[in-house]
Amino acid sequence: MKHCEGCDGCKIDSKLETIAKKYKGVKGGIIGALHEVQDTYGYISTTAQKYLSKELDIPMSEIYGIITFYSRFSLKPKGKYNIQVCMGTACYVKGSEKVLNRFKEKLQIEEGQTTKDGKFSLEAVRCIGACGLAPAIVINKEVYGKMDVKKVDELVEEYSKK
Amino acid sequence: MDIKELNKIKEKYSDVLKKKRIMVCSGTGCTSSKSDVLLANLKKEVKAANKADILVEKTGCFGFCAKGPIVVIDPDEIFYEMVKPDDAADIVKSVIDKKPLERLLAKEQDKLVKKWHELNFYNKQKRIALKNCGTINPEKIEEYIAVDGYQALYKALNMSRDEVIEEISLSGLRGRGGAGFPTGKKWLFTKNSENKEKYVCCNADEGDPGAFMDRSILEGDPHSVIEAMAIAAYAVGAEQGYIYVRAEYPIAVERLTIAIKQAKEKGLLGKNIFGKGLNFELELRLGAGAFVCGEETALMNSIEGKRGEPRPRPPFPAVKGLFERPTLLNNVETYANVPKIILNGGKWYQSIGTKNSKGTKVFALGGNINNVGLVEVPMGTTLREIVYDIGGGVPGGKRFKAAQTGGPSGGCIPAKYLDTPIDYESLSEIGSMMGSGGLIVMDESKCMVNLAKFFLEFTVDESCGKCPPCRIGTKRMLEILTRITEGKGKEGDIEKLERLAENIKKASLCGLGQTAPNPVLSTIKYFRDEYEAHIKEKRCPAGECKALTQVHIDPEKCKQCGICAKNCPVGAIDGEVRKGPFKINQDKCIKCGICITKCPFKAISK
Repeated sequence: MKHCEGCDGCKIDSKLETIAKKYKGVKGGIIGALHEVQDTYGYISTTAQKYLSKELDIPMSEIYGIITFYSRFSLKPKGKYNIQVCMGTACYVKGSEKVLNRFKEKLQIEEGQTTKDGKFSLEAVRCIGACGLAPAIVINKEVYGKMDVKKVDELVEEYSKK
Repeated sequence: MDIKELNKIKEKYSDVLKKKRIMVCSGTGCTSSKSDVLLANLKKEVKAANKADILVEKTGCFGFCAKGPIVVIDPDEIFYEMVKPDDAADIVKSVIDKKPLERLLAKEQDKLVKKWHELNFYNKQKRIALKNCGTINPEKIEEYIAVDGYQALYKALNMSRDEVIEEISLSGLRGRGGAGFPTGKKWLFTKNSENKEKYVCCNADEGDPGAFMDRSILEGDPHSVIEAMAIAAYAVGAEQGYIYVRAEYPIAVERLTIAIKQAKEKGLLGKNIFGKGLNFELELRLGAGAFVCGEETALMNSIEGKRGEPRPRPPFPAVKGLFERPTLLNNVETYANVPKIILNGGKWYQSIGTKNSKGTKVFALGGNINNVGLVEVPMGTTLREIVYDIGGGVPGGKRFKAAQTGGPSGGCIPAKYLDTPIDYESLSEIGSMMGSGGLIVMDESKCMVNLAKFFLEFTVDESCGKCPPCRIGTKRMLEILTRITEGKGKEGDIEKLERLAENIKKASLCGLGQTAPNPVLSTIKYFRDEYEAHIKEKRCPAGECKALTQVHIDPEKCKQCGICAKNCPVGAIDGEVRKGPFKINQDKCIKCGICITKCPFKAISK
């Protein structure tokens, strides 16, 4: 049997069911539901979109429109460790570009990409409000401040071993 | 909950607040520097010493982020900076011995400073919106109640709705999100819109890069926002509220969730609050990484579960907002001022600030400045006082070049305006704007053309694409700026940028597009010579634009030590130790400047 792209075999697990149930009938609840799907699975699969569309009674096209509008939602799985380099002004002034470039060099990927082994993905993100620690990055939910090229090397090494 | 119960809690916990307390900053900055581990260690040490009378509490941001993690010992207000998890034992011992730990005290002009309010950083500040940040545990509603929390709500419920709005109008409070619209007027418009169903919203989608005051208020004093929203709900006649907060702020989301839950349990949210007939429910909604959602109509679309695209105005939200109902929307910092205004009176608030800008403003100081952090000053404080007296000036002996306010909607303020008293009007007069309060200082090594390009990249990326002037216009501007920074600028480019800017400002649908050209216009206004140097002489005076700079080793000064080659991340420096001066391979060099900082003999320069 051939599945459409991004389809994981049309399996609906109980987690997805719980999420849909929670947001059924909540005014404007779709974004909350998508947040939970994204956090649970690391991305929003076609299956999940179809299921939410049916359960929350929102057209697929609209759900797709929402997912692609907001940068936090992703249609493809992200790496095990998602590295977000803050590109806010305070970080920029303190050299976040160098930090980002070093990650690119080290991981051999561009922004928005994931390493072949699925371990790291790299993103340049908007101000994370940790300006006191500029330049700052986030790996999954951990914030690392006062970054420089050397610290990038150390972190990549540390997380590679994990 | 009635007022008697509230006062009972207040009394009980006022005593708790007077006890020996070790307050650990648990804002985002300090938490990232391991203040959470420190907190756990302190609790362990206190337990080990069997001193139940010493309390260890997490608290909100003290603002002095450059010196984090910060610990304050109350009630003596002893201020410890850059505290490490291993310092826990010494701190607990010092509290028991009643002797301050000198090695952790701050130093100013070679003198140790004991109390936090004695530091220069805090001297000129006036904390109203940030009043409770650093003094209470934001996860305990009782502590908020102990510092007069929810008294303003009770007072408001005993006033008429018009009286509440009148008090806010009298205070002169204006929107702290950036535009500066009079808050009282907004409340009145929403109240006057006839409709059974109305909404009260809080804009906590703090998207301006370099601004983190809303984050800190939500992390340090979430109840002040909840209380203010309940007051607003009463005044305008709403029963449902939403706080739209960025998902990028996990600590703020967590504290808000806790705070809403506690307020509900205490009956300070819900049905018939204080038995005065007010019903008010509050829900959190998370943003999902779209800058444009900070614009009010886009934010409402997002709460409704749609793409966050702005709507044309009019109709204004006060008439037809969320779910097509009259809606009041204010920013976090605006709300944080409300309970204090209701308690102390509009007249009191009005006495602070300048003629048309009342009260205080919180600024997030960042960039090339010594005291990075959050400061709250009366309106009318000059930029010089903020940058030098509070901010401690520019590090590394470098010259102040400009300050950027208002984020991607604002502009740059050059050194000649350092003495301008900061308020809404004066900032827009010099081509910038208040914005949400991000204040980024730049030293002489920053290229202003490159900075304008940086902001344009931001807007091009964040433009929602709904209206062409913003979607296409900013893209064209960015292309021109990129060309200039790559040394391919043409005669007439500056004029073209100016023309495009004016058109985009006039024709865009929402605030994002209408203000997007501001960083370009203000840098052209004050640093036109830099633009010209890039275009005509193919030179970047600040040495930041890589295509226009080369790094050189002065053969005369080179002592052939090889330190530069060792530190070069791309292996672009050739040579052998003591066998002639080293040389930079320009094809490989990425102009990162590491060699310049590493050379002990200052032989390398741009």
